[in-house]
Amino acid sequence: MAGKSTALRDRLTAGTPAPPATRAGMPPLVRHLLLALAALAVIVALTFVVDPFTNVRLATVGYYLIAVAGLTLLTGFNGQVSLGHGAFMFIGAYTVALLVLHVPSLPFWADLLLAAAASGVAGTLAGAAAARLHGPYLAGATLALAVGLPAVTQRFPELLGGSNGLAFTVNSRPAALAGTIPTPQWQAWVVWTTVLLALVVLANLTRSRFGRTLRAVRDDEVSAELAGIHIGRTKILAFVLSAVCGGLAGGLQAFLLGTAAPGSFTPVLSLSLLAAMVLGGIGSMWGALWGALALVYFQAWSEDLTHALELGTDIANNLPLAVYGVVLIVVVLAFPQGIQGGVRALRTRLSRLRRTEEGHR
Amino acid sequence: MKRTTVLAAALAAALTLASCSGAGEQQTGDTADAGAAPGVTDTSVLIGTHQPLTGPAAPGYSRISVGARAMFDYINENGGINGRKIEYRVEDDGYNPTRTVEVVKKLVLQDQVFALLGGLGTPTHSKVIEFLNTEKVPDLLVSSGALMWDDPAKSPMTFGYQVDYTREGKIQGDWIKKNLAGKKVGLMFQNDDVGRDSQTGLDQFIAGQIVSRQGYDPANTDVVPQISALRDAGAEVIVCSCVPAYTALSILNAAKLGYRAQFVVSSIGADPATLTGLLQEFGKRGGTEVSAGQLLNGLVGTGYLPDVSRADDPWIKLLREVHQKYIPNEQLTNTVIFGMVQAFTFAQALKAAGRDLTRQKLVDAMSSGALEGPGLTPFGFTQQSHSGYTGAFVFKINPDTTTTEIQPPMVTDRATGPITPANLQRKTPQEINLFGGTS
Repeated sequence: MAGKSTALRDRLTAGTPAPPATRAGMPPLVRHLLLALAALAVIVALTFVVDPFTNVRLATVGYYLIAVAGLTLLTGFNGQVSLGHGAFMFIGAYTVALLVLHVPSLPFWADLLLAAAASGVAGTLAGAAAARLHGPYLAGATLALAVGLPAVTQRFPELLGGSNGLAFTVNSRPAALAGTIPTPQWQAWVVWTTVLLALVVLANLTRSRFGRTLRAVRDDEVSAELAGIHIGRTKILAFVLSAVCGGLAGGLQAFLLGTAAPGSFTPVLSLSLLAAMVLGGIGSMWGALWGALALVYFQAWSEDLTHALELGTDIANNLPLAVYGVVLIVVVLAFPQGIQGGVRALRTRLSRLRRTEEGHR
Repeated sequence: MKRTTVLAAALAAALTLASCSGAGEQQTGDTADAGAAPGVTDTSVLIGTHQPLTGPAAPGYSRISVGARAMFDYINENGGINGRKIEYRVEDDGYNPTRTVEVVKKLVLQDQVFALLGGLGTPTHSKVIEFLNTEKVPDLLVSSGALMWDDPAKSPMTFGYQVDYTREGKIQGDWIKKNLAGKKVGLMFQNDDVGRDSQTGLDQFIAGQIVSRQGYDPANTDVVPQISALRDAGAEVIVCSCVPAYTALSILNAAKLGYRAQFVVSSIGADPATLTGLLQEFGKRGGTEVSAGQLLNGLVGTGYLPDVSRADDPWIKLLREVHQKYIPNEQLTNTVIFGMVQAFTFAQALKAAGRDLTRQKLVDAMSSGALEGPGLTPFGFTQQSHSGYTGAFVFKINPDTTTTEIQPPMVTDRATGPITPANLQRKTPQEINLFGGTS
């Protein structure tokens, strides 16, 4: 049996040489790294022209992006629904907070790696349980994670600060830059460097054999198993990777805002991440970017709107959420594949239009 | 596999470049100038605040900024302070510390507010206190009674407002010891500085009477386990160091369990009108009509501002006028009054800071010790102390939800000092003369 499935797997994967050639004729790793470098250059340039608070917002988009990207890998590529992704952000944030407060000699990149590792471990445990669950059961279990985990702070108020949480300042800026580069700008650089590196890893993984395995499990577990794919292992690995992304996001949030408190990691956060993923487009890493932008800017715009219109407090209080909900419904109705689906449709139509025009000439 | 190793190495290398020294607590090297005056023009001064307009603490507290805005409208209509109108920007943080940091950074970095007024909440405001002090933004009249706002050495720009939880706990403990001697006491408290600091005061007097201590987390609205535990421990008195929503939940759940106890509630959660609204709303959600008067009758609370029902008080007269003129559709509660008094007190400090305004001058005016206001106990503001109101009176709620003072205002310190009568000669609004004379 084992021999047979190996043979089948070999046959299934025989047609795809690794690494596969791409449009530009470059291996994907090089192409992704170059793309990430270009993106970083754009962002660094941007941080010089915008005001300090926009730098904070840029960094906020960054950490949401990596959290949503992790969720995209899990749900979009592997078909596992997680309603509890905020729990991994919680772990990441508290790991960074505790390290900054109690092991101040450690450099920040080490704090961040440890935060990622800690949520990876948690992701392994959660993933092992999740691999045995399907659909609503999985959703329920992950939601329980988001509801239950922040309560740990109540159990250890001395260490974790109870409902108050922890406050701290992360110093990561090299002394040479002090006074020349403002803190928010430096923070945006650090966040985006980390996020882009993590995205390179994710993009590469999803385009590799592992990515095909993920999708095979998502589309049809039985045939995937027949093809010799270890279902449980694949599912756990997907969970671990997305948990690591969540941990990184939480660690970066702690770095940016200098806080880790249970009130920040309510189930609402997990659900917002999920909504952002759906809004951006489930099947694509680009969707994560649109989702993260939506998370940050819909809130900001609707608040600016309420300030500008000077609405009554009761309306103003609930408008941001209402606007977000309406946009989500409209986008999903118009483009079931999310914003990225819309972008893709637009691109197809444009290229078709161009082709017909060329045909007429 | 090999590729993964390369990637990991690349990741590590890039992160190493990103940081070369330890990440621990350190000064960032940024300096701000307290002599500056952003947000100030010839005709206006922009101030900001963060409030829970949505989320778990919004019931009750979302009305504070409504009261403050009404008071600023009144002040602006009378020509403003030193010729400047006050622009008041309210940001919703949902009682979520992450949002608090975001909106406060927005207020300071983008909107360039001159000062922050009455930022609400201990778990929330504690996350921005360092940022505000680094940026040298006056952080006035924080809406919380935690002790940490009174630390002029570490946070020179931050000033408290409410009576701090330890002082209030001492006055409550002293009252319980005298009036409910020998009764078993159970504590219900918010599991953060609200609870911790309150118990520091309560324990000085009634440590021996306490039979059970139950904390709640503001993210979890199920308080049945805590109330059951208090009942099982035989507590005859429940001291609730809780925000309004949790005071109401505790009262409602005790009633549901058929558990009758004498409630003693901190000023942060003892506003009868707010509690009435909450009890009715929570009752409706649970599918029952509740009689708030019946549930609140006999509840003991502490306060430091004049109660809305004191019709003869000159300050209440003024506040009622402002209410009638600017927010007639809003119910006038002690919570709305909290915001109005806060705004009035800020205006006093702004006036004392003079026409030639800087952030440092505003802070100097706050710590001059000359601030007198509507409160029934004096402020503790000096160069050495940034403590807000320094004591409280004890009241009882009547069956018609009005209140009766049962112990006059007393003052004390945050350590183990004595509790003494406040004996405050309060100035009237006319004597304070907010709009007359230019300094």
